[in-house]
Amino acid sequence: MADVKLEAVDVAIENLSLAYDASNVLNDVNLTIKAGELFTFLGPSGSGKSTLLRAIAGFGPQPKGKILIGGIDVSKMAPWARNVGMVFQSYALWPHMSVRKNIAFGLEERKVPAEEIKHRVNAALNLVDLSEYGDRRPSQLSGGQQQRVALARTIVVEPRVLLLDEPLSNLDASLRNQMRRDILELQRKLSLTTIFVTHDQEEANTISDRIAVLNQGIIQQVGRPIDLYDKPTNRFVASFLGTANLLEGRVKKDNGEIVFESTGNLRIPLLFDKNEIDTDRIAMFRPQDVEIASSGDKISNTDAAIFDGAVSHREFLGNRVRYSVDVKEHVIVVDDNYSAGRRIFEFGQKVVLGLDLRQVRMLAE
Amino acid sequence: MFPISGNNWPVVALALAIGLFLFVFLILPVVTVVFVAFQDPNTGSFTLINFVDFFNNSLFQESSLNSVYVAFMAVVVATIISLPLAYFTTRFNFRGAILIQTLGIVPLIMPPFVGAVAMLLLFGENGSVNLLLSEWLGITIPFMEGLNGVILVEAIHYFPFILINLSAALLNIDRAMEESAQNLGASGIRLFRRIVFPLAMPGYVAGASLVFLKVFDDLATPLLLNINNMLAPQAYLRITSIGISDPMGYVISVILVAFSLFSLWVSFLALKNKDYSTLQKGGGGLMRRDLKPWELVGCYFVIIFILFLVLSPHIGLALLSFGTIWSFSVFPDAFTLAHYADMFSSAGQYIWNTLLYAGLAALIDVILGIAIAYLVWRTGLVGRKWLDYVSMGAVAIPGVVLGIGYLRTFVEFNVPIVDKPLASWWVIIVIALAIRRLPYALRACVAALQQVSVTLEEAAENLGATKSRTVRRIVVPLMTGGILAGFITSFATAAVELSTTIMLVSAESDAPLAFGIYEYMQSAAGRGPGAALGIVAVLIVGIAAYISHLVINRTEKQRTSSGIRIAEQVGAT
Repeated sequence: MADVKLEAVDVAIENLSLAYDASNVLNDVNLTIKAGELFTFLGPSGSGKSTLLRAIAGFGPQPKGKILIGGIDVSKMAPWARNVGMVFQSYALWPHMSVRKNIAFGLEERKVPAEEIKHRVNAALNLVDLSEYGDRRPSQLSGGQQQRVALARTIVVEPRVLLLDEPLSNLDASLRNQMRRDILELQRKLSLTTIFVTHDQEEANTISDRIAVLNQGIIQQVGRPIDLYDKPTNRFVASFLGTANLLEGRVKKDNGEIVFESTGNLRIPLLFDKNEIDTDRIAMFRPQDVEIASSGDKISNTDAAIFDGAVSHREFLGNRVRYSVDVKEHVIVVDDNYSAGRRIFEFGQKVVLGLDLRQVRMLAE
Repeated sequence: MFPISGNNWPVVALALAIGLFLFVFLILPVVTVVFVAFQDPNTGSFTLINFVDFFNNSLFQESSLNSVYVAFMAVVVATIISLPLAYFTTRFNFRGAILIQTLGIVPLIMPPFVGAVAMLLLFGENGSVNLLLSEWLGITIPFMEGLNGVILVEAIHYFPFILINLSAALLNIDRAMEESAQNLGASGIRLFRRIVFPLAMPGYVAGASLVFLKVFDDLATPLLLNINNMLAPQAYLRITSIGISDPMGYVISVILVAFSLFSLWVSFLALKNKDYSTLQKGGGGLMRRDLKPWELVGCYFVIIFILFLVLSPHIGLALLSFGTIWSFSVFPDAFTLAHYADMFSSAGQYIWNTLLYAGLAALIDVILGIAIAYLVWRTGLVGRKWLDYVSMGAVAIPGVVLGIGYLRTFVEFNVPIVDKPLASWWVIIVIALAIRRLPYALRACVAALQQVSVTLEEAAENLGATKSRTVRRIVVPLMTGGILAGFITSFATAAVELSTTIMLVSAESDAPLAFGIYEYMQSAAGRGPGAALGIVAVLIVGIAAYISHLVINRTEKQRTSSGIRIAEQVGAT
């Protein structure tokens, strides 16, 4: 759409800390969000992700540290002077104004001439496919339509950065997927630096260029979705993005071989991450990196650690079957691909597991 | 689907009994009043001549204008009092919020007419304030002169309705509403004008129309201030001085009802389709900010000024009840307990009658309230909603109209054993009070019932309890708090009702406390004991309100602030 032309800027957050009452909500946050990037703050509720987003928009208590947008520190500016567009979780559409009035609001505040306002509001309505709905009240629209009005209202003022606070959480599942694609498409079209807040890892994975995982006000890890999944740096990231088997134990030298020995006496020879002998570590591997076979059968992978166990739980998930297998004192979660007719292990059945050693990661915490 | 099914004749019988009661004591009297207003007094045929007479009479023209003027100005003054208070509590972080909440309740604890005479002594031409003003500044202000007095007394009494509604409306605005406007570049006055004000408007209009209605209908305050050229006093005076056959009283009643319905309609329109309660999870009212020191001083100054104003009827009444002679002086000459001794020796009957009448009326109200609530919300009875509508309709009937309707309807109905007309038997006062307070008790019972989830009943039935045992063991115990609160509210407000009782009291020995205060206040010598009796009334209502507050607090700790709840309850006055 030709009428909305935005110049992408980067956002840098430097040493940002923020305390509510006495407790720290954000703790020394440092981040750089590249121009035109779709960046996600991902974390559970209470992780500080929304607080961080609101701090960028200028809401909430005054934080310590800097927020640079396009190189200019905005951390002391009033919310209305920052020109960052925010879409609220509740949409915050004003019920006493029509859709058109809602969208025109920001332009009116900027003293844009009436003729241009009309033109730009129409363009924005067009952009979100709501041209027919301009004269309705927000309460007469569906959730998805309200969401698009909120988006149009924000984008029409041509903000330097777009902030989306859990924008999909009030939509039902099918609409959510559609909106996700629409937002992504819009963002690409406008090449607008966008920060997206969510607690949903699937949402974050599908939409983001990069993700910052937050927990307890601290950034745990920043990276591309695939990198975060493949190479989590701690227990929190490993289990927040996808399912992970996490075994506590210690790295040891055993007969000249470097091995990980779990607290439950499982022995895993290490191919990588060998240089931390005699330290406590957590072994992390994904359910799909474990092969499962009937007791007595052979494991096909030759680079595997072999464990004997018994099935204690089974979940049928369609394309795969997820087993919990008791191995000594551990419960190891194993995903087995499924297609019609494939054998299924029963509760209590003795099985043998083959853990792919190339997929085992050592985590420090 | 419906918890009651199959053999439901007891339910039908109960509904019919309640319907009959409402028909006889609410619908019939009101219809009678309307009927008489349109009836030729001589021939009995339909006519508009009474209304023509009414509008051609200069006294009635003046009274109509005065009533509208007083009601409107009371809304204006009440708004001026409420605006800063609502604004402070919802926008700023400061400790005075509790003070303001209290302010929102205190005036309602005293019926306006009780404080009226005390207000005369404080703010009248030769009252304390004007004496001080003329001494210091050489000026006097006619606070209480003519209609001003009614406006001031009513505004001070009824402003909490606006304060409560406006505060609630402001608190219901999600902060995202304001933040999104700021995010798009709005701030300061523009933000207030374009977002906050329009969103709070429906709440304000609802409160304001309620104040208009209450003031327009109020009989006792103008009577006590000796202002007769208003509609409600005219209706009363026509009926009591000329007689119940004079059509003018009925015409005025019809006009009063019409205005009541009109204000309720305005309030309904204001709230209809405008559920602006935008509160979302994680929200929490308007953005609050901290006050700068000089702003804090300003806030407290305004609050203390309003506090003085609001407490002045109470202060004045206390001074009057303890003072010896209070005339042309800032304070009474000396203090004494003689008025209380006087009052207790002569007014014991009034107090006993009040406790009896209000207690019985409140009992009737909660019984009807529980029954109607259960019929409407838990049965599938055809037409059950009408019980609710009719009961709530009592809100629109001014006390003086109900009184006139009772006189006219029941004057010829002789009660067998006591052998006197029902209209002059003391029981009719109890029934009138019960009808007048039923809407408030009913709402309390409905609220209590709605908190008892149907699944709780189903669980009991699933475990083998019959319908009646379920009601007894599950529903009623869970409703107890709400029922008790409804009882206390009805009791407290019925205890100080005057508009209806003043018309129905036929013998001194049957008179309740409010009537006693009115009688005392008629003479200068009676003011002291009258004020002492007023203090008793304030204590009864105050204690009841406090108990109700405790009960509500204990039974439902969630919900809105209890201050607002209790004010809603006491607001039934």
